[in-house]
Amino acid sequence: MHFNLSDEQKLIRNAVDKFIRNDYSFDARKKVLALENGFSPEHWRQFADMGWLGIPFSEDQGGLGGGVVDIVQVMEAFGTGMVLEPYLSAIVLAGGLIARGGSAAQQEALLPALIGGEKLLAVAYTERESRFNPADVQTRAEKSGDGYLISGEKAVVLGAPTADALIVSARTGGGRLDTQGISLFLVDSKAPGVEITGYRTMDGGCAGNVRLNKVQVGADALIGGEGAGFALLDEAVDHATVAACADALGAMQSAMRKTVEYLKTRKQFGVPIGSFQALQHRAVDLFTAVEACRSMVLMASLKVTDKDPVARRMAVSAAKQFVGEKARLVAQQAVQMHGGIGMTEELDIGHYFRRLTMFCAQFGTTDYHLKRYADLMAAAA
Amino acid sequence: MNIDFSPEELAFQQEVRSWFAENLPAELKRKTELGIMLSKDELVVWQRILNAQGWLVTGWPKEYGGPDWTPTQRYIFDMERARANAPIGLSMGIIMLGPVLMAYGTQEQKDYYLPRIRNCEDWWCQGYSEPGAGSDLASLKTMAVSDGDDYIVNGSKIWTTYGHWANRIFCLVRTSTEGKKQEGISFLLIDMDTPGLEVRPIVSIDGEHHLNETFFTDVRVPKKNLVGKEGQGWTVAKYLLTHERTTIAGVADSKVHMANLKRMARENGANGEPLMNDPSLRQKLAKAEINLLALEYTNLRTLAATAAGKAPGPESSLLKLDGTAVQQQLSELGVELSGQYAWPWKADDGVGPDEFAATTMRYAFTRAATIYGGSDEVQKNVIAKMVLGLNFK
Ligand SMILES: Cc1cc2nc3c(=O)[nH]c(=O)nc-3n(C[C@H](O)[C@H](O)[C@H](O)COP(=O)(O)OP(=O)(O)OC[C@H]3O[C@@H](n4cnc5c(N)ncnc54)[C@H](O)[C@@H]3O)c2cc1C
Repeated sequence: MHFNLSDEQKLIRNAVDKFIRNDYSFDARKKVLALENGFSPEHWRQFADMGWLGIPFSEDQGGLGGGVVDIVQVMEAFGTGMVLEPYLSAIVLAGGLIARGGSAAQQEALLPALIGGEKLLAVAYTERESRFNPADVQTRAEKSGDGYLISGEKAVVLGAPTADALIVSARTGGGRLDTQGISLFLVDSKAPGVEITGYRTMDGGCAGNVRLNKVQVGADALIGGEGAGFALLDEAVDHATVAACADALGAMQSAMRKTVEYLKTRKQFGVPIGSFQALQHRAVDLFTAVEACRSMVLMASLKVTDKDPVARRMAVSAAKQFVGEKARLVAQQAVQMHGGIGMTEELDIGHYFRRLTMFCAQFGTTDYHLKRYADLMAAAA
Repeated sequence: MNIDFSPEELAFQQEVRSWFAENLPAELKRKTELGIMLSKDELVVWQRILNAQGWLVTGWPKEYGGPDWTPTQRYIFDMERARANAPIGLSMGIIMLGPVLMAYGTQEQKDYYLPRIRNCEDWWCQGYSEPGAGSDLASLKTMAVSDGDDYIVNGSKIWTTYGHWANRIFCLVRTSTEGKKQEGISFLLIDMDTPGLEVRPIVSIDGEHHLNETFFTDVRVPKKNLVGKEGQGWTVAKYLLTHERTTIAGVADSKVHMANLKRMARENGANGEPLMNDPSLRQKLAKAEINLLALEYTNLRTLAATAAGKAPGPESSLLKLDGTAVQQQLSELGVELSGQYAWPWKADDGVGPDEFAATTMRYAFTRAATIYGGSDEVQKNVIAKMVLGLNFK
């Protein structure tokens, strides 16, 4: 057994770390924050040139043939710098879904442009009242000619405003919460009947509500089999959840380190506030939280590829539950230990706070994943 | 032992309740309910409505225009105010400076400033904290040097809440660097339009402008603006901290927040059921309500002591700690209930249910509740020393 990164993995990590240091300082990030949708085309170009957009894809698909561990390295580094560009939604979630479930023709049509940074994708699966359950789908796709007509509404879709095409979950059969009968379709964002209302999110990224009004797609828009989209979506969301945990780990690590640094430099009552035991103990709580989360991210990155969906789901939910709980602690206490200055937009701590706050509910809250884990545990006999 | 209100108190409660129902503008009610920040104009208009009714300076004695209520009446009023979703009107003049002037001000200061506070002609802000003096407030450095009938003030204050709305600021300044730090501090009233005074905005993590930095460069302040004696500022400031205990826990507003959260959980659905049917969400709501109940009864103990003219007991020291813990728990629950609708940041109306639109902002800003007004850690240090006697040197 060993948990060491390969030389290639180290190279990737070092390269992303270097990018964050040189091109994504907090001040540089502020400029990206001010851009439309928090998206810098130059950065995306740079990611493409560095090969980072191709990491999750096989060499056949034109990618680097990296695995989950590679993605985790990139995401963790992105988390330390709070990268705003939609790597998680476009590459890991949408790209990963196409790579695992798309037909050869779909992969050929989409992946080179995605990997080259010319096109962006997003997965539109959440609905007004679906909360975190990807099986809760009310959007419908009716057969029409040799294709389908899709109607419905998707809510708070991450990366929707910048996406050229959307992967939309819609019902071709089954009732509201059934896992059977869900189909995935590729829909051009500019297709007639598609209306996207975009907005910024608390972490500085972007999302949108997507209204689909009798959107006509061909039979070739179907990803995976008709009615068999859930397994694919569930797996893609699980992979994205692990990547999100890695991002949160990076953000927690930075927030923790910066807080410890602040405890050493901020003086009150003539001494560094880090000399107060109340704060020392809390700093240790944050440190242990970060290290335990690192273990959980490692665990999930190894188990998310398990062929057994139950084992995969349990591992992912365990990680998300655990990291979510600690992320909240770290976010809150990093602000608290900074005092007033931690409450300001001016300092990075508040931005880590919001990124981690958003993470807490991304792909399901701690409660959602505790229940998912508990139900699987109970059923496992 | 009896926690029921007397028939007179019940009648008073009814009177207050119907008054709010008739007089609170609908837009203010909506914004307060959703946790949306109010503008200065909105607050001033509302305070003038309250003042016309004689219900603005509820904690002030009759001679200064207060309604002469008992502590229980003030408590009832605050409960009804919150229940109506009426804004609390964070007014440093009414809550903080007024009582200080009554206790330490000259007759001239009282005659001039108190009516202006009551009539909303002045908006006061508080200039205590400095970049280097937060928890350790007594180390403040802003200097006031005597020059004939004036002081010349130099230095800077930070975290001045609504300083950009204020026309006056009450400050702690250093008038002496000799002896104990606390003894060289004085309490000074300064006009914000005095030459040399500059206010710069600080945007907080809810993305709003509540806070400011206030700079003083050779600001000339007449000595008649000193409150109390020179060097008495620390005592004056401390008087404020012990003044109003019965509302510090924020029970009234937390009860309303709790009620709003429960309504949110009933009226919004997930996966075909009301959120309230989700076992873990409803248990979290239940736990918050239980914590709030404990707080309410602690608060009532303090109220009962105050109403009987006694000094509040040790329970009053936990009102701020537990009160802010409850506020933070509730604001966190608001985000949790909102699900992914907590993510849109300052989006247009209608991207999700209205009641979810500001939950993240509220959560973010409520983190400050354990930082201002004596941080959690500092409160605990004080309780350990003063209440538990854990005082070793
Ligand atoms: C939203 C907001 C509004 C405010 N409004 C005003 C205002 O209108 N006017 C005004 O004058 N001030 C205002 N303040 C300032 C507030 O009073 C200070 O932020 C507070 O006193 C803490 O000081 P600090 O921010 O310098 O933090 P610090 O004192 O530097 O504290 C940093 C951390 O160290 C901890 N700490 C400090 N000393 C100890 C100790 N001995 N033991 C253990 N832990 C310790 C603190 O609890 C905190 O967690 C406001 C602050 C905020 C956040």
